[in-house]
Amino acid sequence: MKELMLGNKAFARGLYEAGCTFASSYPGTPSTEITEEAAKYDEIYCEWAPNEKVAMEAAFGASLAGKRAFCGMKHVGLNVAADPLYTMSYTGVRGGLVVGVADDPGMHSSQNEQDTRHHAIASKVPVLEPSNSQETLEFVKIAFDISERFDTPVIVKMCTRISHSQSVVETGEREERETIPYVKDPAKYVMVPANAKIRHPFVEERVKKLSDWGNTSGINRIEKGTDAESRRGFITGSTSYQYIKEVFGDSVSILKLGMPYPFPDELIKEFAKDLDDITVVEEMDPIVEEHCKSLGINVHGKDILPIVGEYSQNLIAKVLAGQDIDENSKIDFETPVRPPIMCPGCPHRGIFYTLKKNKCIVIGDIGCYTLAAAEPLAAMDMTLCMGASVSATHGFLKALGKDAPKNVVGVIGDSTFIHSGMTGLAEIAYNQSNATIIILDNSTTGMTGQQENPTTGYDIKGDPAGKIDLEALVKAMGIRRVRVVDPLDLKACNAVVKEELAAEEPSVIITRRPCVLLKSVKKLPPLRVNPDKCTGCSACMKIGCPALAMKDGKVVVDETLCVGSGCDLCVQMCGFGAFEHPGEE
Amino acid sequence: METKNIMIVGVGGQGSLLASKLLGRLFMNKGYDVKVSEVHGMSQRGGSVVTYVRYGDSVGSPVVDKGEADYIVSFEMLEAARYADYLKPNGKIITSNQEIDPMPVITGAAKYPENIAKRVEEDGISIDAIDSLSLALKAGNAKAANIVLIGRLSHYFDFPKEDWIEAIEQVVPAKFVELNKKAFELGENA
Repeated sequence: MKELMLGNKAFARGLYEAGCTFASSYPGTPSTEITEEAAKYDEIYCEWAPNEKVAMEAAFGASLAGKRAFCGMKHVGLNVAADPLYTMSYTGVRGGLVVGVADDPGMHSSQNEQDTRHHAIASKVPVLEPSNSQETLEFVKIAFDISERFDTPVIVKMCTRISHSQSVVETGEREERETIPYVKDPAKYVMVPANAKIRHPFVEERVKKLSDWGNTSGINRIEKGTDAESRRGFITGSTSYQYIKEVFGDSVSILKLGMPYPFPDELIKEFAKDLDDITVVEEMDPIVEEHCKSLGINVHGKDILPIVGEYSQNLIAKVLAGQDIDENSKIDFETPVRPPIMCPGCPHRGIFYTLKKNKCIVIGDIGCYTLAAAEPLAAMDMTLCMGASVSATHGFLKALGKDAPKNVVGVIGDSTFIHSGMTGLAEIAYNQSNATIIILDNSTTGMTGQQENPTTGYDIKGDPAGKIDLEALVKAMGIRRVRVVDPLDLKACNAVVKEELAAEEPSVIITRRPCVLLKSVKKLPPLRVNPDKCTGCSACMKIGCPALAMKDGKVVVDETLCVGSGCDLCVQMCGFGAFEHPGEE
Repeated sequence: METKNIMIVGVGGQGSLLASKLLGRLFMNKGYDVKVSEVHGMSQRGGSVVTYVRYGDSVGSPVVDKGEADYIVSFEMLEAARYADYLKPNGKIITSNQEIDPMPVITGAAKYPENIAKRVEEDGISIDAIDSLSLALKAGNAKAANIVLIGRLSHYFDFPKEDWIEAIEQVVPAKFVELNKKAFELGENA
């Protein structure tokens, strides 16, 4: 059946058809929907793991048990999971093991533009790069086959434009797989030095075999151009292949790489031998380009194309086809930017207003609350990676010792805390910095689209699951001062923050209120402004609520956005009682 | 057939995913190759969002670039202006006249441009602005403003109306089909 399918959904379909039975992932844009879609198939056990390292190790366990297994993550998640990956390369697999990683060139929703192919090369693990939804489905099945055939984990590398584009897919049937019987094989799976020394040469040999397979299997292919006179060619893959086809059609010769690593050296040489002018077109780092140069093949690449950001057909047309693209604006007035913001009714808004009011140094983390960095809250001083808020707060305070300012807080979401904030808190509890850590518990993994996590009490399908008690956990780690506060109660937040900053020992504040986007949160009637009471003082505008606007000297409420007494922050900001709940006159 | 390009732009949370799903289904039903490109994640939090819908005999790139759009369907006035440079010389903007202040306007750091429709037109761009929010409320729910605009877009296509209705029935949950059909018709005749 033909269906218009999101790349990530096609990935999940590939897992299903390949007979995969186990998927463990941590959510991360743009990878999240792979596992959400896989969870719709009863044949695949799916779960959200606490972090990517755990997900990959769980998938490895499933592979060791003889099942086809998957773990999924975004590009930066692979850094967290790098430890198991690099040694899984040595052990190899029993059941096929596929690692889905989605890169984010252009940084639509990420903190860096890291290129996953570096990890593939460094860990000596093959990487497949599909260029549309149909290829994604097919490549996932191929990935399982080569995983078992060559005894290796396999990375299938997505990117935002493949993960989040829909294109036409022809689906197939699921192929059930027998469980591969368990046999003890410590020489292969116990990576102590004596065994690892034997496995390393195997890995090097495997790279050569996979390179040969890449030369001949058709995963990488030469498309001869229709213009027989032309001595020009492109080496490309992923979305860049689509941009080249868009601009040049079938006229030019293309070496389309479906598996850029291990490099298909013979195929690259064969492609190059009849051409005088070759350009490697790859988003992000010049990985294939530099390899071509190491083979003695003279190619263009980052000398003419950018290393930063996404490519597009206009860019290709301009740089490679010499077309004159008019990019001058036709609009002769300024359009103010519209950055993403905290939602109306977002519980984070109250606590971050409190931190701003107390002029705190805020060591931040990764999640919706990173949006507090923007005006008018502007209450974030640092954001680095998952979990860094807790450990960096410790380092900041220890480095300054008794000279440390008394206004430093680390802030981290519930899911991020479980992901990798816990180990930072162990650092604080053990080495005793006078840190104040705020866990923003909104009962969900918000930014990636409201996934469950170990603190919510529900699993990926929404069924009841284990639930970690944050207060008990923090206390068990040795933190004696643990406070719980409603982040939308400004008075209470202010008092708790002041008290805990003053305390001469480590403390944790848990701000607890569910994300306003959760279906379980009831939407309440919007507020109204009494124009006779509103003085236009703008006090309420300091919280940065998108439901409030100043019109003709008075505040107005956007009724489609306001969540009323589900928030009431502006009510607390107003000194004149100008906000009214419907029914109260 | 040469590839045709439609962009759906607006403010995160306004329902562009349903509109693009509907168009994707419509063009699939008509036998075209289709690509739809969305952005999820951070920009959905009240930021400027854009979805690309492309259809034709064979579609390569999943995105629409500057100067390529045949139609821009916009859920908000400022967003219509922001993406106007993506239009082809004879392209058309179909937009809601709704205005939503972005954060720099709320904080006072910037001003919301006045008379956007008129100024865009003076810059030589064809724009069809309708009160899709009121029409959606008339149909029964403010959230149907996206389908009102799709109804307006249908006005510029020579596909039979049944094709559009069929696509609505295929992508909208059963209990909202009547509401959305009404919203479509109000947009079509706006």
